Amino acid sequence: MTASSLVLVPVFLPLVVGALSAVLSRRAAATLTVVAAAVTLVTAVLLGIAVLESGPVPLEVAGWAPPVGILLAADGLSVVMIGLSAVAVLAAALVAAADDHFAGGHAFWPLVGAAAAAVNGVFVARDVFTAFVLLELLTIASVALVALGGARSAAAALRYLFVAVTGSLFFLLAVALTYGHTGTVDLARAAERADDTVIVGAIIALTVVGMAAKTALFPLHSWLPVAHPAAPTAVSALLSALVIKASIVILWRVIEYLGPHTDIAAPLATVVGIAGAAAVLWGGILALRRDRLKSIIAYSTVAQVGYMVLLIPLVFAASDPQVAWVGGILITVAHGVAKAAMFLAAGALASAAGTSQLDGLEGTISRMPWTVAAIGLAGVSLAGLPPTLGFVGKWMLVQASLDAGAWWWLALLLGGGLLTFAYTARMVKATFNPPGDFSRARELTRPARTVTIVPLALAAVSVVLGVIPWLLIEVLSAAPMGGGA
Amino acid sequence: MTTLQLFLYAGAFILVLGVVATMLVRDLIRRLIALNVASGGVMLLLLALADRGDGEPDPVPQALVLTGIVVMAAVTGIAIVLARRVERLDDDLEEVEP
Repeated sequence: MTASSLVLVPVFLPLVVGALSAVLSRRAAATLTVVAAAVTLVTAVLLGIAVLESGPVPLEVAGWAPPVGILLAADGLSVVMIGLSAVAVLAAALVAAADDHFAGGHAFWPLVGAAAAAVNGVFVARDVFTAFVLLELLTIASVALVALGGARSAAAALRYLFVAVTGSLFFLLAVALTYGHTGTVDLARAAERADDTVIVGAIIALTVVGMAAKTALFPLHSWLPVAHPAAPTAVSALLSALVIKASIVILWRVIEYLGPHTDIAAPLATVVGIAGAAAVLWGGILALRRDRLKSIIAYSTVAQVGYMVLLIPLVFAASDPQVAWVGGILITVAHGVAKAAMFLAAGALASAAGTSQLDGLEGTISRMPWTVAAIGLAGVSLAGLPPTLGFVGKWMLVQASLDAGAWWWLALLLGGGLLTFAYTARMVKATFNPPGDFSRARELTRPARTVTIVPLALAAVSVVLGVIPWLLIEVLSAAPMGGGA
Repeated sequence: MTTLQLFLYAGAFILVLGVVATMLVRDLIRRLIALNVASGGVMLLLLALADRGDGEPDPVPQALVLTGIVVMAAVTGIAIVLARRVERLDDDLEEVEP
């Protein structure tokens, strides 16, 4: 098998496994999903080696070259994001397999397959229309996944659907403008032919609005703190860790290719940066004021989305955009790993305590110290403290801000970290025993061993990648931004 | 105004109309229909772009529109199921608390 056909594995393997899962027993479906995620992870590593050796790996699907066929390509960004998707799906599947309560029903398995295929497809897509179709597949699968959270989750799922599809329509309009203006939907070709600064600016603006709705970027975030906590635990973890990243990657790609061809891109990037800054503060403050574990973590996602889009203004302002680019991607990967750990750990705590309310969690730390430790470690990575991957990403963004002479982003990066630290500390503190009273801890049941190990392992991954981030940085730098395939 | 411009403006207008209605209307089925109207606006725009001016339409935008219609059909399907669930839950709540 050549390197280029490997590009198909992360897209089609989960799709086939998902389809099979619909008719298989729960046990077989779970096993297959776990194996598929592991194979995807190995594929990401192999693709990463290929990217390091010879740059982006292109693939013309079924041998048809563009403009007739579809071109997929794995570059550094694709490889790293596919790795994240494999890790997140693996973790969610293991927890869902250990306890059906965390999965929400058998439909979890086929839907996860479809979502993983779509998300990986977005990461290797090179044209905006393929990205649009896959993003829709992802939206439909995610909405159905949210609806697995019982009768009350239907309203949350529907709200999510309305916002996400409206966002897609804006993006579809951007696709139409791209085709109308350049005669192609392929990003690299469109970038070569783009010459009208107003139309290209409109394409970018429409993409920003559409993707902001789908990613829950402030002020279009209000569906996320409703939808993510309403879902079963394994789904919440997947949604926060993975699903919102697909629309962010599309936004990055469109700006990466078309941004240099319009004068409107720089002011738009500043607007995105301001929305990101507002998200960091607003999400952080609201996370501090919530009283349910999953709700706190969902608002934390709203805040972290702010960091993920911060690379956009920095890429335009810094003299070396590569630092901002790699830093932003690393912070996104760090968020994925840490947020999956946090949601899975929080689900385990809530299920043992019988409530997600902070004041009902007293004493859980005595029974489940490792689960609480996972939340704490994940919080350290989200806050951007060493020795975690979150620190590496944030450090690079700090460097890029200094480089651009933009101290206000610096203040934001550090202030946001304090807020993250505060709400993590609040969650951890809620699990302590009342002074001198250990009675509550004795009543709790311990969860299955997998449910304890998986979040802790994810938190450990944040630390390991934080100590040795060089591999990720090398892969991301191997395909310099704007180079594409 | 050329026919092409007419279609472009009409498409944009219908899109805005649909999106605004989607945001303002509370009734779920009406919202869903508004969303479909909005998508109709985008499709109209895409179809207008298929006009190459020589009488022969460009097939690519037409293929894109077909795909878009399939996507919207799927979205509408799942939205109807969810809307029924929401409304059934509301009905149940009303029965409990008259």
